[in-house]
Amino acid sequence: MRPVYMIGGGITKFAKAHPGKDFRLMVKEAYDYTLHDAPRLSKDMIDGAVGSYFSDHFTRQLKAASMVQDYLGLCPKPSKRIEGGGATGGLCFQSAWEAVASGRMNCCLAFGFETMSRVNTWKGNEFIALASDTNFDFPVGGFYSGYYAMMVQRHMYEFGTTVEQMAMVSVKNHANALHNPYAQKAKRLTIKQVRESPMVATPLTMEDICTMSDGAAVCLLASEELAEKVCDRPVKITGVGSGSDAMRMADRPHGKVILLPHERESDYQHLKYPGVHSFRGGRMAAKLAYEMAGIRNPLEELSFVELHDAYTSSEIQTYEDLGLCRYGDGGRFIESGVPFLPGLDYGLALPNQGQLPVNPSGGLLACGHPVGATGLMQAVFAFWQLQGTIGKHLNNERLQVKNAKRGLIHSHAGTGTYITASILEAS
Amino acid sequence: MDKGTVLYGVDPLIILDHYEIDYHHSYAQDSPFFVGLTKGQLLGSRCTACGYTYATPRAHCMGCGAATSWFALPLTGRVHTFTTCHYGGEIFLKETPFTLILVEFDGADTLFLSRLKGIQPDAVRIGLPVIARFAKAPSFKVTDVWFEPADQA
Repeated sequence: MRPVYMIGGGITKFAKAHPGKDFRLMVKEAYDYTLHDAPRLSKDMIDGAVGSYFSDHFTRQLKAASMVQDYLGLCPKPSKRIEGGGATGGLCFQSAWEAVASGRMNCCLAFGFETMSRVNTWKGNEFIALASDTNFDFPVGGFYSGYYAMMVQRHMYEFGTTVEQMAMVSVKNHANALHNPYAQKAKRLTIKQVRESPMVATPLTMEDICTMSDGAAVCLLASEELAEKVCDRPVKITGVGSGSDAMRMADRPHGKVILLPHERESDYQHLKYPGVHSFRGGRMAAKLAYEMAGIRNPLEELSFVELHDAYTSSEIQTYEDLGLCRYGDGGRFIESGVPFLPGLDYGLALPNQGQLPVNPSGGLLACGHPVGATGLMQAVFAFWQLQGTIGKHLNNERLQVKNAKRGLIHSHAGTGTYITASILEAS
Repeated sequence: MDKGTVLYGVDPLIILDHYEIDYHHSYAQDSPFFVGLTKGQLLGSRCTACGYTYATPRAHCMGCGAATSWFALPLTGRVHTFTTCHYGGEIFLKETPFTLILVEFDGADTLFLSRLKGIQPDAVRIGLPVIARFAKAPSFKVTDVWFEPADQA
């Protein structure tokens, strides 16, 4: 495999609805932004594309990626569609990486979108729940917020995680988004406000859960030779990993922890893993990505993380899967202040504020979650962070992580059925 | 009769677009589980090679790949985890609030997702003993079984 670089990215504003733009036009806007930002790249240098959108139900147009391909004027170049639930965007990013790493393409476009506003929120929840076993899980009361609520109830029971710790994730991500003009739901919240917002599935409230969105995102990946030719500050993709787990969370085993290099078996003598409290697929994804990138201690070696916070609880669970802290310490990790941005006022006492910012963009909780675009949105924010161009693209420097050297992006599907982790580095 | 097209907006033009479909849905190799529910039985799967036991239908073992055989799960278990849903997918909204649980059984290595009925949401606890109840008029769906607190048996 040969080195692969990200040389451009663009996103639309994520919004509840973009009725004036269909998915083709949303992708086109993100694509044009990308090309405008990479003026030495011309369309004829793009060898092909990978498109991502999650749901044929939302789109009700099969082969919608073909319609984007022709709208962007990329026919008759290679094209395919990637679908993998919530991890669709992350899988799309890695598919484009594979196209370039294998030598099949010198430049591959990854584009993603979702148009979730075409149905009401509760029909949308029903569509999303079809990404659980439709014989055994969906008919019981299929609802992803319910599934995640059950997982975090067990996390709370096993580890003592609290609803206030979960609320701190919501406070952090919504406050970060105040400085991100692409975000859908920026606001200043208190722990009390998060807890007093309407209960959705105990213990998760409305402010613990991301919102459905319309939106699109685009990434351009290229070989080293092309990246050096057309991009002033290319970002190298130094690690990719992915993992999976059983579709029915009832079927998950209760065995041993998959260890990262900085962990020992004795750390987890009494822990039955993953059960329903942890995401074994996320741990596998992280382990493979760290091995490829040569990372031995992620907390010390990463500058920031953009992870799949569809729920405040899953951000806490994911800290542990990624090895940012030990399994069971996710609640204390947010309390310590480590995943907040330095220099911002969250209205909270945070002893170690800003050691490793997580979701400086505001994440899914505040940006929104137009599923097929989400994993690519994370890549675009990571690209800008590592280029040091957050100020240029967001019109302010507040969210720029100082001297950002290495970032991790994490995309997550179902109740943990597909998960990707990718490592990007400043060059 | 064509009732015309419902307009939601004119700029951009937004119309109502209806869609529905009936499927011929086969439970295939999992069929005995659903038949079992009509007889008041909860069938799990035991691997014929490694002995691992699943509290759900699974014709082949996820660990070793060998065929499984059916076995009757106990009708009592404990709450492994739970939630009460105050919202839900559109077809379940009218049933809210409802409580979902994962049930753990003695003699099974994995769990079973079901509804818990007959208890106030704030009284549900991890470890609560529960007992299976079966629909008198089966619908041949997984909802033909649900659980209630065992102490009310």
